[in-house]
Amino acid sequence: MSSAFVTDLSYLLPWQFSPTIFLICAVTVTLYVQGLIVLRRGGAPVGFWRAFTFILGIVLNYAVLQTYIDFLSQHMFWIHRFQHLILHHIGPVLVVLARPGRALRAGIPVRLRATLRIPASIGRPVRLLFRIIQHPLLAPTLFVGLIFFWLTPSIHFTAMIDTRRYLLMNWSMLADGLLFWWLMLEPRQSQGGAAMGYGTRLVVLSLVAVPQLLLGAYITLHGTPLYDVYAICGRAWAISPLDDQQIGGLLTWIPAAMMSLVGILVVLYHILHDPEGTAARRRGRPAQVPRTAPARIV
Amino acid sequence: MTAISSPEAPHGTARWLARAAAIALASLLGACARNDPPFALKDVRGLIAPLEFNLTDQDNRVVTAADYRHDLVLLYFGYTQCPDECPTTLATLARALHILGPEASQVRVLFVTVDPQRDTTAVLKRYVDNFGPEFIGLRGNRAELTDLSKRYRIAYHYEKPDRYGNYEVDHSSAVFVFDKDGRARLLALSDNTAQQVATDLRRLLASS
Repeated sequence: MSSAFVTDLSYLLPWQFSPTIFLICAVTVTLYVQGLIVLRRGGAPVGFWRAFTFILGIVLNYAVLQTYIDFLSQHMFWIHRFQHLILHHIGPVLVVLARPGRALRAGIPVRLRATLRIPASIGRPVRLLFRIIQHPLLAPTLFVGLIFFWLTPSIHFTAMIDTRRYLLMNWSMLADGLLFWWLMLEPRQSQGGAAMGYGTRLVVLSLVAVPQLLLGAYITLHGTPLYDVYAICGRAWAISPLDDQQIGGLLTWIPAAMMSLVGILVVLYHILHDPEGTAARRRGRPAQVPRTAPARIV
Repeated sequence: MTAISSPEAPHGTARWLARAAAIALASLLGACARNDPPFALKDVRGLIAPLEFNLTDQDNRVVTAADYRHDLVLLYFGYTQCPDECPTTLATLARALHILGPEASQVRVLFVTVDPQRDTTAVLKRYVDNFGPEFIGLRGNRAELTDLSKRYRIAYHYEKPDRYGNYEVDHSSAVFVFDKDGRARLLALSDNTAQQVATDLRRLLASS
Protein backbone atom coordinates (compact mmCIF):
# COMPACT_ATOMS: atom_id res chain seq x y z
CA MET A 1 0.00 0.00 0.00
CA SER A 2 2.65 2.49 1.03
CA SER A 3 4.91 1.50 -1.86
CA ALA A 4 2.05 2.10 -4.31
CA PHE A 5 1.64 5.54 -2.79
CA VAL A 6 5.35 6.28 -3.24
CA THR A 7 5.17 5.11 -6.85
CA ASP A 8 2.23 7.43 -7.49
CA LEU A 9 4.10 10.38 -5.98
CA SER A 10 7.11 9.65 -8.16
CA TYR A 11 5.00 10.67 -11.18
CA LEU A 12 5.16 14.22 -9.82
CA LEU A 13 8.97 14.22 -9.86
CA PRO A 14 10.86 15.53 -12.89
CA TRP A 15 11.96 12.96 -15.47
CA GLN A 16 15.01 15.11 -16.19
CA PHE A 17 15.44 17.73 -13.48
CA SER A 18 16.02 21.26 -14.77
CA PRO A 19 17.41 23.68 -12.16
CA THR A 20 16.56 26.54 -14.54
CA ILE A 21 12.85 25.74 -14.71
CA PHE A 22 12.72 25.05 -10.99
CA LEU A 23 14.40 28.36 -10.12
CA ILE A 24 12.34 30.44 -12.56
CA CYS A 25 9.06 28.97 -11.29
CA ALA A 26 10.08 29.19 -7.61
CA VAL A 27 11.27 32.81 -7.87
CA THR A 28 8.23 33.86 -9.92
CA VAL A 29 5.71 32.31 -7.55
CA THR A 30 7.53 33.67 -4.48
CA LEU A 31 7.61 37.20 -5.91
CA TYR A 32 3.98 36.94 -6.94
CA VAL A 33 2.71 35.72 -3.59
CA GLN A 34 4.77 38.37 -1.80
CA GLY A 35 3.33 40.97 -4.18
CA LEU A 36 -0.21 39.77 -3.40
CA ILE A 37 0.45 40.31 0.32
CA VAL A 38 2.02 43.75 -0.21
CA LEU A 39 -0.85 44.90 -2.45
CA ARG A 40 -3.49 43.60 -0.03
CA ARG A 41 -1.83 45.53 2.82
CA GLY A 42 -1.64 48.59 0.57
CA GLY A 43 -5.40 48.45 0.03
CA ALA A 44 -5.25 47.55 -3.70
CA PRO A 45 -5.58 43.74 -3.59
CA VAL A 46 -5.44 41.50 -6.65
CA GLY A 47 -8.71 39.63 -7.28
CA PHE A 48 -8.91 35.92 -6.45
CA TRP A 49 -9.59 34.74 -10.01
CA ARG A 50 -6.76 36.83 -11.40
CA ALA A 51 -4.30 35.29 -8.94
CA PHE A 52 -5.77 31.83 -9.53
CA THR A 53 -5.37 32.18 -13.30
CA PHE A 54 -1.72 33.16 -12.96
CA ILE A 55 -0.82 30.34 -10.57
CA LEU A 56 -2.72 27.84 -12.75
CA GLY A 57 -0.74 28.99 -15.80
CA ILE A 58 2.58 28.54 -13.98
CA VAL A 59 1.56 25.17 -12.54
CA LEU A 60 0.46 23.84 -15.96
CA ASN A 61 3.70 24.92 -17.63
CA TYR A 62 5.74 23.42 -14.80
CA ALA A 63 3.73 20.19 -14.89
CA VAL A 64 4.29 19.50 -18.58
CA LEU A 65 8.02 20.24 -18.22
CA GLN A 66 8.94 18.79 -14.85
CA THR A 67 6.74 15.79 -14.11
CA TYR A 68 6.24 12.35 -15.66
CA ILE A 69 4.30 14.13 -18.46
CA ASP A 70 7.71 15.17 -19.80
CA PHE A 71 8.73 11.51 -20.17
CA LEU A 72 5.42 10.68 -21.86
CA SER A 73 5.86 13.67 -24.21
CA GLN A 74 9.14 12.19 -25.40
CA HIS A 75 7.58 8.84 -26.18
CA MET A 76 4.06 9.53 -27.40
CA PHE A 77 3.28 11.90 -30.23
CA TRP A 78 -0.12 12.97 -28.96
CA ILE A 79 1.20 13.74 -25.47
CA HIS A 80 3.93 15.79 -27.09
CA ARG A 81 1.18 17.72 -28.87
CA PHE A 82 -0.65 18.15 -25.57
CA GLN A 83 2.60 19.41 -23.98
CA HIS A 84 2.93 22.04 -26.71
CA LEU A 85 -0.76 22.98 -26.46
CA ILE A 86 0.03 23.94 -22.85
CA LEU A 87 3.44 25.54 -23.50
CA HIS A 88 2.52 27.52 -26.60
CA HIS A 89 -1.17 28.25 -26.03
CA ILE A 90 -2.99 27.56 -22.78
CA GLY A 91 -0.18 28.21 -20.26
CA PRO A 92 0.92 31.56 -21.72
CA VAL A 93 -2.71 32.67 -22.26
CA LEU A 94 -3.46 32.10 -18.55
CA VAL A 95 -0.28 33.88 -17.45
CA VAL A 96 -0.90 36.87 -19.73
CA LEU A 97 -4.63 37.12 -18.92
CA ALA A 98 -3.77 37.39 -15.22
CA ARG A 99 -1.67 40.53 -15.96
CA PRO A 100 0.81 39.63 -13.19
CA GLY A 101 3.13 42.62 -13.74
CA ARG A 102 1.71 44.73 -10.90
CA ALA A 103 1.94 41.96 -8.29
CA LEU A 104 5.37 40.79 -9.48
CA ARG A 105 6.77 44.33 -9.24
CA ALA A 106 5.22 44.79 -5.81
CA GLY A 107 6.79 41.49 -4.75
CA ILE A 108 10.37 42.65 -5.31
CA PRO A 109 11.83 43.56 -1.91
CA VAL A 110 12.36 47.34 -1.59
CA ARG A 111 16.04 46.90 -0.76
CA LEU A 112 16.59 45.00 -4.02
CA ARG A 113 14.73 47.44 -6.26
CA ALA A 114 17.61 49.93 -6.61
CA THR A 115 20.23 47.25 -7.28
CA LEU A 116 18.00 45.53 -9.84
CA ARG A 117 18.06 48.48 -12.25
CA ILE A 118 19.02 47.14 -15.66
CA PRO A 119 21.93 49.07 -17.25
CA ALA A 120 21.21 50.80 -20.56
CA SER A 121 23.87 48.74 -22.34
CA ILE A 122 21.72 45.65 -21.79
CA GLY A 123 18.31 47.31 -21.70
CA ARG A 124 18.62 49.01 -25.07
CA PRO A 125 19.46 46.02 -27.29
CA VAL A 126 16.92 43.88 -25.39
CA ARG A 127 14.22 46.49 -26.00
CA LEU A 128 15.16 46.72 -29.67
CA LEU A 129 15.09 42.94 -30.03
CA PHE A 130 11.72 42.89 -28.28
CA ARG A 131 10.35 45.50 -30.71
CA ILE A 132 11.61 43.46 -33.68
CA ILE A 133 10.17 40.17 -32.42
CA GLN A 134 6.86 41.86 -31.61
CA HIS A 135 6.53 43.39 -35.07
CA PRO A 136 2.95 42.85 -36.32
CA LEU A 137 4.24 40.75 -39.24
CA LEU A 138 7.08 38.90 -37.53
CA ALA A 139 5.25 37.90 -34.33
CA PRO A 140 2.49 35.85 -36.02
CA THR A 141 4.99 34.43 -38.55
CA LEU A 142 7.17 33.27 -35.67
CA PHE A 143 4.16 31.89 -33.80
CA VAL A 144 3.01 29.72 -36.71
CA GLY A 145 6.53 29.15 -38.07
CA LEU A 146 7.75 27.52 -34.84
CA ILE A 147 4.86 25.04 -34.91
CA PHE A 148 5.66 24.08 -38.51
CA PHE A 149 9.41 24.06 -37.87
CA TRP A 150 9.35 21.60 -34.96
CA LEU A 151 6.74 19.42 -36.71
CA THR A 152 8.84 19.03 -39.87
CA PRO A 153 9.48 15.26 -39.67
CA SER A 154 13.30 15.40 -40.06
CA ILE A 155 13.60 18.22 -37.51
CA HIS A 156 11.11 16.56 -35.17
CA PHE A 157 13.28 13.43 -35.29
CA THR A 158 16.43 15.23 -34.15
CA ALA A 159 14.51 17.18 -31.49
CA MET A 160 13.32 13.90 -30.00
CA ILE A 161 16.68 12.09 -29.98
CA ASP A 162 18.87 15.04 -28.94
CA THR A 163 18.30 16.30 -25.40
CA ARG A 164 19.64 19.79 -26.16
CA ARG A 165 17.37 20.25 -29.18
CA TYR A 166 14.44 18.90 -27.20
CA LEU A 167 15.03 21.52 -24.50
CA LEU A 168 15.49 24.24 -27.14
CA MET A 169 12.19 23.20 -28.74
CA ASN A 170 10.25 23.42 -25.47
CA TRP A 171 11.88 26.69 -24.40
CA SER A 172 11.24 28.28 -27.78
CA MET A 173 7.57 27.28 -27.65
CA LEU A 174 7.06 28.65 -24.14
CA ALA A 175 8.96 31.91 -24.78
CA ASP A 176 7.18 32.51 -28.07
CA GLY A 177 3.82 31.66 -26.50
CA LEU A 178 4.33 34.29 -23.80
CA LEU A 179 5.49 36.93 -26.32
CA PHE A 180 2.71 36.28 -28.82
CA TRP A 181 -0.18 36.10 -26.37
CA TRP A 182 1.08 39.18 -24.50
CA LEU A 183 0.99 41.05 -27.82
CA MET A 184 -2.52 39.76 -28.51
CA LEU A 185 -4.18 39.98 -25.10
CA GLU A 186 -2.53 42.75 -23.08
CA PRO A 187 -4.53 46.03 -23.10
CA ARG A 188 -3.07 48.44 -25.63
CA GLN A 189 -2.30 51.23 -23.16
CA SER A 190 0.04 49.03 -21.09
CA GLN A 191 2.01 47.68 -24.07
CA GLY A 192 4.34 50.69 -24.33
CA GLY A 193 6.38 50.89 -27.53
CA ALA A 194 5.19 47.52 -28.84
CA ALA A 195 1.49 48.41 -28.72
CA MET A 196 -0.70 46.76 -31.36
CA GLY A 197 -4.12 48.03 -32.42
CA TYR A 198 -7.16 45.89 -31.59
CA GLY A 199 -8.28 45.69 -35.21
CA THR A 200 -4.89 44.36 -36.27
CA ARG A 201 -5.07 41.79 -33.49
CA LEU A 202 -8.41 40.47 -34.75
CA VAL A 203 -6.87 40.00 -38.20
CA VAL A 204 -3.71 38.34 -36.79
CA LEU A 205 -5.69 35.98 -34.53
CA SER A 206 -7.93 34.93 -37.42
CA LEU A 207 -4.98 34.42 -39.76
CA VAL A 208 -2.81 32.33 -37.39
CA ALA A 209 -5.67 29.88 -36.91
CA VAL A 210 -5.73 28.90 -40.61
CA PRO A 211 -2.26 27.28 -40.97
CA GLN A 212 -2.79 25.51 -37.63
CA LEU A 213 -6.09 24.10 -38.87
CA LEU A 214 -4.47 22.96 -42.12
CA LEU A 215 -1.45 21.38 -40.41
CA GLY A 216 -3.64 19.66 -37.81
CA ALA A 217 -5.91 18.30 -40.53
CA TYR A 218 -2.91 17.16 -42.58
CA ILE A 219 -1.41 15.23 -39.65
CA THR A 220 -4.78 13.76 -38.61
CA LEU A 221 -5.78 12.62 -42.08
CA HIS A 222 -2.35 11.43 -43.23
CA GLY A 223 -2.67 7.70 -43.89
CA THR A 224 0.89 6.70 -42.89
CA PRO A 225 3.01 7.53 -39.84
CA LEU A 226 4.80 10.86 -40.34
CA TYR A 227 6.99 10.72 -37.23
CA ASP A 228 8.95 7.45 -37.05
CA VAL A 229 11.00 8.51 -34.03
CA TYR A 230 8.36 7.16 -31.63
CA ALA A 231 8.64 3.67 -33.11
CA ILE A 232 12.45 3.89 -33.17
CA CYS A 233 12.83 5.04 -29.55
CA GLY A 234 9.82 3.17 -28.17
CA ARG A 235 6.35 4.38 -27.19
CA ALA A 236 5.27 4.97 -23.61
CA TRP A 237 2.51 2.40 -23.92
CA ALA A 238 0.97 0.23 -26.61
CA ILE A 239 -0.97 2.32 -29.12
CA SER A 240 -1.03 2.00 -32.88
CA PRO A 241 1.19 4.62 -34.57
CA LEU A 242 -1.75 5.93 -36.59
CA ASP A 243 -4.02 6.30 -33.53
CA ASP A 244 -1.22 8.19 -31.82
CA GLN A 245 -0.78 10.42 -34.86
CA GLN A 246 -4.50 11.07 -35.26
CA ILE A 247 -5.02 12.14 -31.65
CA GLY A 248 -1.92 14.34 -31.92
CA GLY A 249 -3.23 15.82 -35.15
CA LEU A 250 -6.60 16.58 -33.58
CA LEU A 251 -4.87 18.33 -30.65
CA THR A 252 -3.00 20.50 -33.16
CA TRP A 253 -6.14 21.06 -35.18
CA ILE A 254 -9.04 21.83 -32.85
CA PRO A 255 -7.95 23.19 -29.42
CA ALA A 256 -4.90 25.02 -30.76
CA ALA A 257 -6.93 26.82 -33.39
CA MET A 258 -9.76 27.39 -30.94
CA MET A 259 -7.40 29.46 -28.81
CA SER A 260 -7.64 32.07 -31.58
CA LEU A 261 -11.36 32.31 -30.84
CA VAL A 262 -10.60 32.80 -27.14
CA GLY A 263 -8.13 35.51 -28.11
CA ILE A 264 -10.69 37.23 -30.34
CA LEU A 265 -13.23 37.28 -27.47
CA VAL A 266 -10.65 38.85 -25.15
CA VAL A 267 -9.77 41.49 -27.76
CA LEU A 268 -13.49 42.27 -28.28
CA TYR A 269 -13.76 42.72 -24.51
CA HIS A 270 -10.82 45.16 -24.61
CA ILE A 271 -12.43 47.10 -27.47
CA LEU A 272 -15.61 47.50 -25.41
CA HIS A 273 -13.70 48.57 -22.29
CA ASP A 274 -10.94 50.64 -23.90
CA PRO A 275 -10.98 54.17 -22.39
CA GLU A 276 -9.99 55.75 -25.73
CA GLY A 277 -12.54 53.71 -27.65
CA THR A 278 -15.27 54.62 -25.15
CA ALA A 279 -14.30 58.28 -25.34
CA ALA A 280 -14.60 58.19 -29.13
CA ARG A 281 -18.03 56.59 -28.94
CA ARG A 282 -19.13 59.14 -26.39
CA ARG A 283 -18.12 62.00 -28.64
CA GLY A 284 -20.27 60.49 -31.37
CA ARG A 285 -23.34 60.06 -29.20
CA PRO A 286 -23.19 62.57 -26.34
CA ALA A 287 -26.89 62.27 -25.42
CA GLN A 288 -26.76 58.55 -24.57
CA VAL A 289 -23.93 58.73 -22.03
CA PRO A 290 -25.13 58.60 -18.45
CA ARG A 291 -24.04 61.46 -16.20
CA THR A 292 -21.91 59.27 -13.94
CA ALA A 293 -19.90 57.73 -16.75
CA PRO A 294 -17.05 60.27 -17.18
CA ALA A 295 -15.92 60.00 -13.57
CA ARG A 296 -15.61 56.23 -13.89
CA ILE A 297 -13.76 56.30 -17.16
CA VAL A 298 -11.21 58.98 -16.31
CA MET B 1 12.10 54.11 -27.95
CA THR B 2 15.46 55.28 -26.62
CA ALA B 3 17.29 52.64 -28.62
CA ILE B 4 15.98 54.10 -31.87
CA SER B 5 16.63 57.75 -31.05
CA SER B 6 20.19 57.20 -29.83
CA PRO B 7 22.68 57.85 -32.68
CA GLU B 8 25.16 55.04 -32.11
CA ALA B 9 22.79 52.29 -30.97
CA PRO B 10 21.40 51.36 -34.42
CA HIS B 11 24.90 51.38 -35.80
CA GLY B 12 26.19 49.02 -33.11
CA THR B 13 23.14 46.81 -33.39
CA ALA B 14 23.38 46.71 -37.18
CA ARG B 15 27.01 45.64 -36.96
CA TRP B 16 26.07 43.00 -34.43
CA LEU B 17 23.24 41.74 -36.66
CA ALA B 18 25.52 41.66 -39.71
CA ARG B 19 28.08 39.64 -37.79
CA ALA B 20 25.41 37.17 -36.63
CA ALA B 21 24.10 36.84 -40.20
CA ALA B 22 27.63 36.20 -41.48
CA ILE B 23 28.17 33.45 -38.92
CA ALA B 24 24.82 31.85 -39.76
CA LEU B 25 25.57 31.95 -43.50
CA ALA B 26 29.07 30.51 -42.99
CA SER B 27 27.77 27.60 -40.93
CA LEU B 28 25.04 26.96 -43.52
CA LEU B 29 27.60 26.88 -46.34
CA GLY B 30 29.85 24.71 -44.20
CA ALA B 31 27.04 22.21 -43.79
CA CYS B 32 26.42 22.11 -47.53
CA ALA B 33 30.10 21.82 -48.36
CA ARG B 34 30.55 18.64 -46.29
CA ASN B 35 30.85 16.39 -49.31
CA ASP B 36 31.09 12.89 -47.79
CA PRO B 37 28.43 10.66 -49.29
CA PRO B 38 25.62 10.05 -46.79
CA PHE B 39 25.47 6.89 -44.71
CA ALA B 40 22.70 4.38 -45.46
CA LEU B 41 22.00 4.27 -41.71
CA LYS B 42 20.71 7.36 -39.93
CA ASP B 43 23.56 9.79 -39.23
CA VAL B 44 23.22 10.99 -35.62
CA ARG B 45 26.69 12.44 -35.12
CA GLY B 46 26.59 15.06 -32.36
CA LEU B 47 22.96 14.33 -31.48
CA ILE B 48 23.21 11.44 -29.03
CA ALA B 49 25.20 11.15 -25.81
CA PRO B 50 28.50 9.24 -25.91
CA LEU B 51 28.59 5.60 -24.77
CA GLU B 52 28.35 5.34 -21.00
CA PHE B 53 26.80 2.72 -18.74
CA ASN B 54 27.20 0.55 -15.64
CA LEU B 55 25.85 -2.94 -16.23
CA THR B 56 26.53 -6.61 -15.57
CA ASP B 57 27.55 -8.85 -18.45
CA GLN B 58 26.50 -12.42 -19.24
CA ASP B 59 29.43 -13.78 -17.19
CA ASN B 60 28.37 -11.75 -14.14
CA ARG B 61 31.17 -9.21 -14.53
CA VAL B 62 30.47 -5.54 -13.82
CA VAL B 63 31.21 -3.68 -17.04
CA THR B 64 31.30 -0.04 -18.18
CA ALA B 65 31.72 1.66 -21.53
CA ALA B 66 35.49 1.81 -20.91
CA ASP B 67 35.65 -1.97 -21.35
CA TYR B 68 34.64 -1.53 -25.01
CA ARG B 69 36.66 1.61 -25.74
CA HIS B 70 38.65 0.15 -28.65
CA ASP B 71 35.72 -1.55 -30.33
CA LEU B 72 32.97 -0.32 -32.58
CA VAL B 73 29.91 -0.78 -30.36
CA LEU B 74 26.36 -1.56 -31.48
CA LEU B 75 23.93 -0.98 -28.59
CA TYR B 76 20.50 -2.59 -28.75
CA PHE B 77 17.69 -2.92 -26.23
CA GLY B 78 15.50 -6.04 -26.22
CA TYR B 79 14.63 -9.21 -24.30
CA THR B 80 15.22 -12.88 -24.95
CA GLN B 81 11.54 -13.90 -25.09
CA CYS B 82 10.86 -11.28 -27.76
CA PRO B 83 8.86 -13.10 -30.44
CA ASP B 84 9.86 -11.19 -33.55
CA GLU B 85 11.72 -7.92 -33.46
CA CYS B 86 14.80 -8.83 -31.38
CA PRO B 87 15.68 -12.09 -33.17
CA THR B 88 15.17 -10.40 -36.56
CA THR B 89 17.35 -7.43 -35.64
CA LEU B 90 20.09 -9.56 -34.07
CA ALA B 91 20.06 -11.92 -37.08
CA THR B 92 20.48 -8.93 -39.41
CA LEU B 93 23.42 -7.72 -37.32
CA ALA B 94 24.93 -11.24 -37.35
CA ARG B 95 24.67 -11.31 -41.16
CA ALA B 96 26.27 -7.85 -41.34
CA LEU B 97 29.18 -9.05 -39.20
CA HIS B 98 29.51 -12.11 -41.45
CA ILE B 99 29.79 -9.79 -44.48
CA LEU B 100 32.45 -7.76 -42.63
CA GLY B 101 34.61 -10.89 -42.29
CA PRO B 102 37.77 -10.56 -40.17
CA GLU B 103 37.00 -6.90 -39.43
CA ALA B 104 34.06 -8.09 -37.33
CA SER B 105 36.53 -8.80 -34.53
CA GLN B 106 36.66 -5.03 -33.93
CA VAL B 107 32.89 -4.89 -33.41
CA ARG B 108 30.85 -5.66 -30.26
CA VAL B 109 27.07 -5.97 -30.19
CA LEU B 110 25.78 -5.11 -26.72
CA PHE B 111 22.33 -6.57 -26.16
CA VAL B 112 20.83 -4.86 -23.10
CA THR B 113 17.81 -6.68 -21.73
CA VAL B 114 14.82 -4.54 -20.75
CA ASP B 115 13.39 -7.61 -18.97
CA PRO B 116 16.03 -8.36 -16.31
CA GLN B 117 13.42 -10.20 -14.23
CA ARG B 118 13.29 -13.13 -16.66
CA ASP B 119 16.63 -12.58 -18.42
CA THR B 120 19.15 -13.83 -15.89
CA THR B 121 22.81 -13.82 -16.89
CA ALA B 122 22.58 -17.54 -17.71
CA VAL B 123 19.54 -17.01 -19.96
CA LEU B 124 21.25 -14.06 -21.64
CA LYS B 125 24.44 -16.02 -22.26
CA ARG B 126 22.59 -18.89 -23.90
CA TYR B 127 20.60 -16.44 -26.04
CA VAL B 128 23.42 -14.23 -27.38
CA ASP B 129 25.68 -17.23 -28.07
CA ASN B 130 23.23 -18.15 -30.84
CA PHE B 131 24.27 -15.08 -32.80
CA GLY B 132 28.05 -15.15 -32.52
CA PRO B 133 31.09 -14.36 -30.40
CA GLU B 134 30.75 -10.59 -30.97
CA PHE B 135 27.38 -10.57 -29.17
CA ILE B 136 27.36 -9.73 -25.48
CA GLY B 137 24.32 -9.83 -23.21
CA LEU B 138 24.04 -7.11 -20.54
CA ARG B 139 21.61 -6.58 -17.71
CA GLY B 140 21.10 -3.95 -15.05
CA ASN B 141 18.88 -3.22 -12.11
CA ARG B 142 15.93 -0.88 -12.38
CA ALA B 143 17.94 2.28 -11.62
CA GLU B 144 20.70 1.38 -14.09
CA LEU B 145 18.14 0.70 -16.81
CA THR B 146 16.30 3.97 -16.09
CA ASP B 147 19.60 5.87 -16.35
CA LEU B 148 20.22 4.26 -19.74
CA SER B 149 16.70 5.01 -20.98
CA LYS B 150 17.11 8.67 -19.99
CA ARG B 151 20.54 8.90 -21.57
CA TYR B 152 19.48 7.36 -24.89
CA ARG B 153 15.89 8.63 -24.73
CA ILE B 154 14.34 5.21 -25.23
CA ALA B 155 11.20 3.72 -23.70
CA TYR B 156 9.97 0.21 -22.91
CA HIS B 157 6.95 -1.05 -21.08
CA TYR B 158 5.52 -4.38 -19.97
CA GLU B 159 2.29 -5.74 -21.37
CA LYS B 160 -0.27 -7.46 -19.09
CA PRO B 161 0.76 -11.09 -18.41
CA ASP B 162 -1.46 -13.82 -19.88
CA ARG B 163 -2.87 -16.63 -17.69
CA TYR B 164 0.46 -18.47 -17.81
CA GLY B 165 2.30 -15.39 -16.56
CA ASN B 166 3.93 -14.73 -19.93
CA TYR B 167 4.13 -11.15 -21.01
CA GLU B 168 5.55 -9.14 -23.86
CA VAL B 169 7.69 -6.03 -23.57
CA ASP B 170 7.36 -3.16 -26.03
CA HIS B 171 10.68 -1.48 -26.59
CA SER B 172 12.75 0.74 -28.86
CA SER B 173 13.78 -0.70 -32.23
CA ALA B 174 16.93 1.28 -33.02
CA VAL B 175 20.50 -0.02 -32.90
CA PHE B 176 22.84 2.72 -31.66
CA VAL B 177 26.25 2.64 -33.35
CA PHE B 178 29.22 4.13 -31.46
CA ASP B 179 32.70 4.61 -32.92
CA LYS B 180 35.89 3.43 -31.21
CA ASP B 181 36.03 6.64 -29.18
CA GLY B 182 32.54 6.01 -27.82
CA ARG B 183 30.86 8.76 -29.85
CA ALA B 184 27.36 8.04 -31.16
CA ARG B 185 27.53 8.00 -34.96
CA LEU B 186 24.65 6.07 -36.55
CA LEU B 187 21.24 4.58 -35.89
CA ALA B 188 20.42 1.31 -37.62
CA LEU B 189 16.66 1.09 -38.14
CA SER B 190 14.50 -1.95 -38.74
CA ASP B 191 14.35 -1.35 -42.49
CA ASN B 192 18.14 -1.30 -42.93
CA THR B 193 19.63 -4.40 -44.60
CA ALA B 194 22.65 -6.39 -43.41
CA GLN B 195 24.58 -5.15 -46.45
CA GLN B 196 23.86 -1.51 -45.56
CA VAL B 197 24.93 -2.09 -41.96
CA ALA B 198 28.14 -3.82 -43.08
CA THR B 199 29.02 -1.08 -45.58
CA ASP B 200 28.55 1.70 -43.01
CA LEU B 201 30.41 -0.18 -40.26
CA ARG B 202 33.32 -0.76 -42.64
CA ARG B 203 33.42 2.97 -43.36
CA LEU B 204 33.46 3.80 -39.64
CA LEU B 205 36.24 1.23 -39.05
CA ALA B 206 38.29 2.71 -41.88
CA SER B 207 37.95 6.27 -40.61
CA SER B 208 38.89 5.52 -37.00
